[in-house]
Amino acid sequence: MDLLQVSVWRGAASGGYRDYEVPRQESQSVLDVVTYIQRSIDPTLSYRFACRVGMCGACAMTVNGVARWTCRTHVTKVAQDNAIQIAPLANLPVVKDLVTDMREFFDKWARARGRFAPGATRKEPFARVASNSPERVAANAGIECIGCGVCYASCDVVSWNQDYLGPAALNRAWTLVNDVRDTAQRERLAAVAGDAGCHACHTHLACSERCPKQIEPTASIAGLKRAVAIAALKGEL
Amino acid sequence: MSGAAQSYASEPAATNAGARIETWLWIAQRASAAVLALCVLVHLITIIYAVRHGLTGAAILARTRGNGVGLGFYALYVLAIAVHAPIGLRSLCQEWLGWRRASLDWFVGGLALALFAFGLRAGWAVFSS
Repeated sequence: MDLLQVSVWRGAASGGYRDYEVPRQESQSVLDVVTYIQRSIDPTLSYRFACRVGMCGACAMTVNGVARWTCRTHVTKVAQDNAIQIAPLANLPVVKDLVTDMREFFDKWARARGRFAPGATRKEPFARVASNSPERVAANAGIECIGCGVCYASCDVVSWNQDYLGPAALNRAWTLVNDVRDTAQRERLAAVAGDAGCHACHTHLACSERCPKQIEPTASIAGLKRAVAIAALKGEL
Repeated sequence: MSGAAQSYASEPAATNAGARIETWLWIAQRASAAVLALCVLVHLITIIYAVRHGLTGAAILARTRGNGVGLGFYALYVLAIAVHAPIGLRSLCQEWLGWRRASLDWFVGGLALALFAFGLRAGWAVFSS
């Protein structure tokens, strides 16, 4: 039988790689490989997944040094000399094995004012937003994010500055900056400006390159820089 | 409209003052970069002209002496450098050295003044010599 050589991170912040041999299957995903190890070789292996079809974003891991959704990554696409290496996402604390602690990642969404702040009540009519308005088009470009953390794990600036809000939180803020119904725009622009916010981005484009949803957080962050600068020039920051 | 900011009490907010300063530094660096793009081009063309025409030091000084346009141009150039370089160096120190204290702002502020003073001194020297 054709065997795949799999090297998997075991432990938390300190730990090491352990090697496993997994039978090759047709159309085998990296998530299938991890599941095989856990169910047939070593039940103590911890990892996280839910939907298995690229909807939930829970199964993101580092495969051969690159952050990916393991459920949507075929082994044939990433195996080198019939071997793959699987590690937890970078830039996040490791809980155990392939499971990372996502708290800081989502706390940063809150810090970037990533929450819709409504102004209207149920007594008022629905807001009408033209689907081809520039704001709606800009929001559409970033709104499909499912919070998998692949961009955050791929970002150099996050690895240099632990306070940096990161591509996903800033992308979320940008979609809300373009939500004409939102009433917290001033607070949001103040929250995303500065050394921990949009101005720290170096435009390396790793987030845009790696995003499994083909979102471009770099473009969203550039939009935030423009919006913040315009607010500052108007004295509204 | 009061629903805007009420529910964020537990979230540490960037201070508005900090956000304003960082934003103005960013604007200043971008604006000075635009000035520098032009100034560096003019400066390089001048150097290439001087070298290709074999101008001597004395011949160059003869042209710069009392040249108000030249002094004005280099004063602008020096100002753009004094604004642009320290802001960039500040970011580098923050990211690579983890230097994020107030002492960094004093350091880059001093650097800005030194770049401006020494640059102007050089410009003045070829104007007044």
